[in-house]
Amino acid sequence: MTKLQLITKGFVKDNPTFVLLLGMCPTLATTTSAINGLSMGLATLFVLVLANMAISAVAPVVPDKVHIPVYIVIIATFVTLLQLLMQAFVPDIYATLGLFIPLIVVNCIVLGRAEAFANKNTVLDSALDGLGVGLGFTCSLTVLGIVREILGSGSVFGWKFISGDGMLAFVMAPGAFLALGYLMVLFNKFVAKK
Amino acid sequence: MAVQSNLKNMFVCLFGTCLVCSALLAGVYAMTKAPIDATNARLLKEAVGAVLPEGGELSDAQTLEVGGQPSEYYVLNQDGTPAAYAVKSTVVGFGGPLTLMVGVTADGTVYNTSVLSHSETPGLGAKCTTDEKFMAQWKGFNPAEKILKVKKDNGDVDAITASTITSRAYTLAVENAVNALKSIGGLNND
Repeated sequence: MTKLQLITKGFVKDNPTFVLLLGMCPTLATTTSAINGLSMGLATLFVLVLANMAISAVAPVVPDKVHIPVYIVIIATFVTLLQLLMQAFVPDIYATLGLFIPLIVVNCIVLGRAEAFANKNTVLDSALDGLGVGLGFTCSLTVLGIVREILGSGSVFGWKFISGDGMLAFVMAPGAFLALGYLMVLFNKFVAKK
Repeated sequence: MAVQSNLKNMFVCLFGTCLVCSALLAGVYAMTKAPIDATNARLLKEAVGAVLPEGGELSDAQTLEVGGQPSEYYVLNQDGTPAAYAVKSTVVGFGGPLTLMVGVTADGTVYNTSVLSHSETPGLGAKCTTDEKFMAQWKGFNPAEKILKVKKDNGDVDAITASTITSRAYTLAVENAVNALKSIGGLNND
């Protein structure tokens, strides 16, 4: 697999949201608007790349029986770092997403990549893999956020083009499931097919 | 790939990982503490300032009980006498705790209100932070002349469309704040 493929497979073949269906909790909870989806995606991307690199670096010396606790400690450390940095330097985004940042620790995408890829590949490959999957996740969340924001609030990235309320259900949980389901159908029909 | 496990290397590995991670976190915590505190102080000052008249000296936080919960308030002194109060008031909204900063002048009139934190439904209850008509009605709301209940409950508060529960909670938070000030004898209208 070439370096480029390591990045691109996260978008289509191993797309975490539409193909692997990993990390559904933050996906459904944070995509009420395009900007929230994008921010959550970028936060996860940050953790994924750093955690993948750290884990691939330490994996050869970690005893088998304690590898999961070690990975979780490493992931949790990066998430807490991110939380502190966001709180200090981007308090506005932190105010919206703060609640969901700690949940990145238990996001199956991060531990999933650590187990499936980072612990048997080089640091560079793991970083690229994290970047690819992270970007795939970010794009999926942004698309889902855009769809829900258009239908639910009549705006895109906060720019309102229809006055009034829109279909409020799409801002709430039921709309998240509906929008995700239809996007999954479209994605698998047109993009992911062989 | 992985090393064969035994008690010693498992212990050393976990201990080492935790040590390095906590050292890293302690460093970043120390580094970010100042900006985080500065941001929180600024946000609090903005929230207090937004619900009080301009001018005068603001006191430090003081404690009182609002709606049975311990909370805090700030006194705005003008010419040595308390002119207005900002009370932090927390109630249960539709989606979780709803925390308001309620500004009340010494004659018992609500000066202004603002939402400090909430977890109301986006697009419905969350409009309590953006709906101009709903927010504007609190400016100059006099609980001595008007009833602090939503119109559905025979009061004088215009609820947000489709968000009666949030509007009720908001109203209750204002009511609790006014009552708390009354109970400490801060208002001189009765």
